[in-house]
Amino acid sequence: MDNLVLEVKNVSAGYFERGYHEVLHNIDFNIKHGEIMGLVGESGTGKTTLTRVILGIIKPQSGQVIHYTKRPQIIFQDAYSSLNPCFNARWAVEEPLKIFGKYNSKERNRRVDQMLERVNLPRECWNMLPSELSGGQRQRVCIASALIRRPHFLIADEPVSALDVTIQAQILNLLRQLRDELDLSYLFISHDLNVVYQLCDRVLVMKDGAIVEQGTVKEVYNNPKHEYTKSLLAASV
Amino acid sequence: MKKAGLIITAIMLVLALVGAFWTPYSYTAVSYDRLQGPSAKHVLGTDNFGRDILSRIMKGMGTTMSIAFLTVAIGAFLGTLIGAVTGYYGGWVDRILMRFNDAVTAFPTFLLALLIVSIVGPGSKYSVVIALSLVFIPGFARVMRSEYAFLANRNFVISARLMGAGDARIMFRYLLPNTTRTLLPALTIGFNNAVLAEAGLSFLGIGVSPPDASLGYMLSESQSLIVSAPWYVLSVGLAIVLLVFGVGLIGEGSKADA
Repeated sequence: MDNLVLEVKNVSAGYFERGYHEVLHNIDFNIKHGEIMGLVGESGTGKTTLTRVILGIIKPQSGQVIHYTKRPQIIFQDAYSSLNPCFNARWAVEEPLKIFGKYNSKERNRRVDQMLERVNLPRECWNMLPSELSGGQRQRVCIASALIRRPHFLIADEPVSALDVTIQAQILNLLRQLRDELDLSYLFISHDLNVVYQLCDRVLVMKDGAIVEQGTVKEVYNNPKHEYTKSLLAASV
Repeated sequence: MKKAGLIITAIMLVLALVGAFWTPYSYTAVSYDRLQGPSAKHVLGTDNFGRDILSRIMKGMGTTMSIAFLTVAIGAFLGTLIGAVTGYYGGWVDRILMRFNDAVTAFPTFLLALLIVSIVGPGSKYSVVIALSLVFIPGFARVMRSEYAFLANRNFVISARLMGAGDARIMFRYLLPNTTRTLLPALTIGFNNAVLAEAGLSFLGIGVSPPDASLGYMLSESQSLIVSAPWYVLSVGLAIVLLVFGVGLIGEGSKADA
């Protein structure tokens, strides 16, 4: 069997608000080591709920989520709300190491410098507050902060949707490069099929809380089986 | 605005600090110069016992300020604690503590303070502090709760939890600095309310007891002399107004900064 980082087995989950509302129906997939798994689907289809189930914020009603790596991390579309407005970029990257508590301040600084350089954040931005950074720079800080403890699995919840196209391309390149350098696997959520096509190895197509199609990007894009996938692809051309 | 507030407050603070160690006359020394108007000898005149009013204001300013400061410190500390826990966790903790909060708030502030003072025992500075700080907790709790509820679902809080940050660390290291735009004005408004509440309690005769001086107690003494010695009530009243005005300006200024 392949090396897996994540297995989601027949998961159903939802919210309790005056009764149970099921959002996710029988979700079943896995992510292999080093793989970038795309997740597409229109808004309101349960993509964010799925990330919350994977991260353990919401307990599944049935089925199970199995992590084969420690401490999965997440980056969000809204990089501004992902950073504490009161602290600068360096702090955001150093804090996870402080919580970890295994390194002295010299070692922490070394790792933080290294990581900030790795995500190509300009040096003059290192001591800036989130409000002083551009959208792309904020996302770089978020990525650095998520990866500083060297996780092997990262959920990227629409990480480039709020950025302009040139910055999008830079961040996508960065994510691809980091995957190779840091031995990462991603669950990459997007509603932009072109972005998924560029970046991902396999793709899940989600509609109304269920996965309607999955396969390698080439298979799904060249030979879509489900009507919904066809209509998505038709709309994106 | 903030600068003017800082200057006024600094003057009041210096007056109080100097008054703690040195006053032109002893604040308890009676003399035959009763009810004299302002003069070179007694800058703000004397009261009905011939005591120097400036000396008593300097002493009373310290008493009033320390009562107000302690009250706000205790009230804000406990209120923030309750607000943080209820706003951050929500759920049943929130429901229980906030209903209790509502129940306390349902009493008129002043009556509640009166009740507590009479239970603790009147006549001391500390019973006033205990009463007022207990009365002030719900207000701070409510304000801080809404701040924490607003912040609790931010993405950076989710990320912090994934990093393994504990709830206490999230509440007080990460979120507390984000509440200053609300907390600072609340502190200055609270301070002013405490000054006025102390004045009110002492005015009713359940604040500090003679021969101690506090601004509120002096105001209640001076009211019966309002015709025969108007400088007395005016100077004490002006001291209270300046103190409240200065701190209020600081609060407004820091709100404008945020």
